[in-house]
Amino acid sequence: MAITIKFFASLREQVGKSEVQIELSDSLTVGEVWAQVCDNSPLPIHILMAVNKEYSKQDTRVQDGDEVAFFPPVTGG
Amino acid sequence: MDDAQLLRYSRQILLPQVSLTGQEKLLQSKVLIVGLGGLGSPVAMYLAAAGVGHLVLADFDYVDLSNLQRQIMHSSAELGQHKSVSAQKKLQALNPNVQITLIKQRLKEKYLKNIMSDVDVVVDCSDNFATRFALNAACVRSGVALVSGAALRWEGQVAVFFPAEKNSPCYRCLYDDNDEQTETCSEAGILAPLVGVVGSIQASEVIKVLLNIGDSLCGKLLLFYAYTGKWRILKLHQDPTCPVCTLK
Ligand SMILES: [Zn+2]
Repeated sequence: MAITIKFFASLREQVGKSEVQIELSDSLTVGEVWAQVCDNSPLPIHILMAVNKEYSKQDTRVQDGDEVAFFPPVTGG
Repeated sequence: MDDAQLLRYSRQILLPQVSLTGQEKLLQSKVLIVGLGGLGSPVAMYLAAAGVGHLVLADFDYVDLSNLQRQIMHSSAELGQHKSVSAQKKLQALNPNVQITLIKQRLKEKYLKNIMSDVDVVVDCSDNFATRFALNAACVRSGVALVSGAALRWEGQVAVFFPAEKNSPCYRCLYDDNDEQTETCSEAGILAPLVGVVGSIQASEVIKVLLNIGDSLCGKLLLFYAYTGKWRILKLHQDPTCPVCTLK
């Protein structure tokens, strides 16, 4: 199955890419997708995750054709 | 409304979704704005100009030279002044009809509960998780709508929460309260007009919530990245394990 992964805002520079497509043989969670694409680096604290533009947690399962997106946390004001 | 007020608000009254009825509703509304910095500046100035009748302004900080690049409610003449006093001066000059109440100390939980009792909307313009979680919990307990905004670097976020609705998510559903701090504007930097964009969206959400019109960002998170000019809206869900929502 194929999924698209997107990194938004400052995460693009941090991760060094803005969009990746990967082929998976079995279903992964959002957290596992991060590990696979980001060389097993730990999931950053307070990072926001979405599957098909719906807020999700790291244990959400990803399906074929899904778009997984990661966003940096923002608290300044 | 007298003739001067009718003229002052005429361009807004012209909007069929607002009309005279809506303007009168705004004049009778009370909004709490927490944080009078980058976001609080456009929020307070637009809500005062638009004729929100009573603004409660909370901040404990003083105007610093490094604030003036983006906190447009304060000016060079107010350096060293308490932000709430500087804000009051600016807003009263802008619209003397608006009633202003100042909260100059850090928001304590007990105090928050009192304030919440007759506030229509809370606008979170603060700059740290601790305040954001405390405000959210107080809003959920009192069933008061929360318009939350945040900005850093080139990145902004806005979300609206209606805790009075049964399955609505809250700010704590979005972020975990694990004592970790994220970066601040003094560490990571911030683009001046970004707070204008985010704060102005917050102010328009407040007006929609007060008048109960339009499609609000309720239950949604808007993300804006000024560097590429891109927006995204995510749908939020109540977290079944959220410790704040489960107390509802
Ligand atoms: Zn919640």
